[in-house]
Amino acid sequence: MKRIYIQEEYCIGCRLCEIYCQVKHSKSKKIIKTFKEEKSDIIPRLIVEEIGYNSFAIQCRHCQDAPCVEACISGAMQKNKNTGAVVCDENKCVGCWSCIMACPYGVIKRDISEKKVASKCDLCIDEEVPVCVKNCPNEALKFMEKDTDERNKVKVKNEG
Amino acid sequence: MALKLNQSEFKIERDLSKCISCQVCVRQCSNDVHEYDRDSDVIYSDSSKCVGCHRCESLCPTDALKIKERESQFRINHNWTEEHLRNIYRQADSGGVLLTGMGCNKPYTIYWDRILFNASQVTNPSIDPLREPMEIKTFIGRKPDNLEFEMASGSNNNAAKLKTKLYPQMELSMPIIFSAMSYGSISLNACKSLAEAASESGTYCNTGEGGLHKDLYKYAGNTIVQVASGRYGVDVDYLNKGAAVEIKIGQGAKPGIGGHLPGEKVSRDISDTRMIPEGTDAISPAPHHDIYSIEDLAQLIYALKEATDWSKPVGVKVAAVHNIAPIASGIVRAGADFISIDGMRGGTGAAPQVIRDNVGIPIELAIASVDERLREEGIRHRASVIAAGSIRSSADVVKAIALGADAVYIGTAALVAMGCHLCQKCYTGKCNWGIATQDPYLTKRLNPEIGTRRLVNLLKGWSLEIKEMLGGVGINAIESLRGNREHLRGVGLTDREFKILGIKHAGEAW
Repeated sequence: MKRIYIQEEYCIGCRLCEIYCQVKHSKSKKIIKTFKEEKSDIIPRLIVEEIGYNSFAIQCRHCQDAPCVEACISGAMQKNKNTGAVVCDENKCVGCWSCIMACPYGVIKRDISEKKVASKCDLCIDEEVPVCVKNCPNEALKFMEKDTDERNKVKVKNEG
Repeated sequence: MALKLNQSEFKIERDLSKCISCQVCVRQCSNDVHEYDRDSDVIYSDSSKCVGCHRCESLCPTDALKIKERESQFRINHNWTEEHLRNIYRQADSGGVLLTGMGCNKPYTIYWDRILFNASQVTNPSIDPLREPMEIKTFIGRKPDNLEFEMASGSNNNAAKLKTKLYPQMELSMPIIFSAMSYGSISLNACKSLAEAASESGTYCNTGEGGLHKDLYKYAGNTIVQVASGRYGVDVDYLNKGAAVEIKIGQGAKPGIGGHLPGEKVSRDISDTRMIPEGTDAISPAPHHDIYSIEDLAQLIYALKEATDWSKPVGVKVAAVHNIAPIASGIVRAGADFISIDGMRGGTGAAPQVIRDNVGIPIELAIASVDERLREEGIRHRASVIAAGSIRSSADVVKAIALGADAVYIGTAALVAMGCHLCQKCYTGKCNWGIATQDPYLTKRLNPEIGTRRLVNLLKGWSLEIKEMLGGVGINAIESLRGNREHLRGVGLTDREFKILGIKHAGEAW
């Protein structure tokens, strides 16, 4: 499956990925309206980690054997067999946060704006390329099938 | 100091109906112009710190920011212009030499814009480069005085064989080379982009005087290695790695002036590459202290040829100055295989403003007079001429070659392709575009993959345009354009300028 790969050496910490993620998961899908009227409701589904000049944006790795899927008590968290994306069915989610505790990457967040649900990257399944990747001004995020780059291969292995 | 006589140069307009306080501008500005106020959820901007690099404007996701020139705060005076007043105020504050970056921005005549190129009509056919072969391959190096052939004996009766031994050449797929920009003056990511784009496009880049970083060894076959007055990074391996060696005497932006890379910028990596201790100032003396005459230059040229086993062209780079024609003649006679001439509008990472804006001559006049002089003396074939100093478009390339250059160097145009907005603050080391800086927070901003792609595109676009222009005048090889001033006409110049450029006025025919 296509995954999002991180080139942390080119992450410039601008956080445009977060902003566009919020817009994508807003009601209006319009950037100004999202922030002027809906902002408090929307959590970016990725995290920009930053220490000194090092930064990178991390979102769900959509693991092969996802610990969050195993941990889910309600069957809300499922790995889609067709797309490979690990997606939380918010109707089934009971907000027990088991997935949050199980996730080794810390990329699932609590969304308590309405009903308590786990909020995570859905890989923008309806888009050709996830919006965080599409809007990264420095191509620090890459959406691709398989990486030929040795350095990134190690990362794929780590993801299990 | 409380007394502040200079006000901001720029006006920052933030459209609050569009600003979403996402703070991208805050994070992107290395000059700390923008500041987020959490209490009021508003971003305040201090325009006095703005350098006008337009980074924030470019990255603003809602188009809420506009950086504009501020209207003059000074009383209009055509003699004591705003620039003079600002500079005097700055110097009265600091007592120092005013520094600047990039090339001269004064409104001297730009001859490129006064020269028009020809096209074929009726009497000779034009050529469509998309349908017919068009050669823009260029060779840089000394050409033989004459060619001798011998007829091969044996069965193949008519086969002629070249008897003359040819001099080493650089083979360029197009007459454009990336000019000398050192690692130190620009970031390693910028150097990587240039080197990779040069290899991909079949042309060359120039190390500048900063040595060759080990990550760039793989591109060494497409690199001209420079030997400058500071001798940074020069050893026999360095000389032998490059495709050609260039002795740098001067630079268009600062003729007669050396260089100074402050110690703060000399990181571990730069110190290794330049072969100097970490944290020490890298000072390039104004002259080469072993070159005080043409004879001394000849010695260095031949020493470098000897060190590289006579396997590669050795050239000399000089700034275009008043007596450039006899200087060029001397350089060719000293044994240089190519001569690079950098016009007064050539760029720099740091130069005294007074030098940048007042010293040297425009490259257009320099090419014309050098080509003329070398032809008169019958030595034009002994060295290729590379023109530099503000080549802004493919049209400038074509005009430069028609005036008599073999190829051109592009520096500023390449940086602009990578994102440079010509804010002229290279010397501060705070380049927001990740080009003229060594700060790891800023250098990340130039992803060499993107930089390479954009440079390759630029070269591709220009070479297509060059072919179109050549086709238009019915020429199918760039060789036939070189020094072909009959294809140029000028507008709005004086008789003397026409004489120096060696071209006719528009409207004049055979």
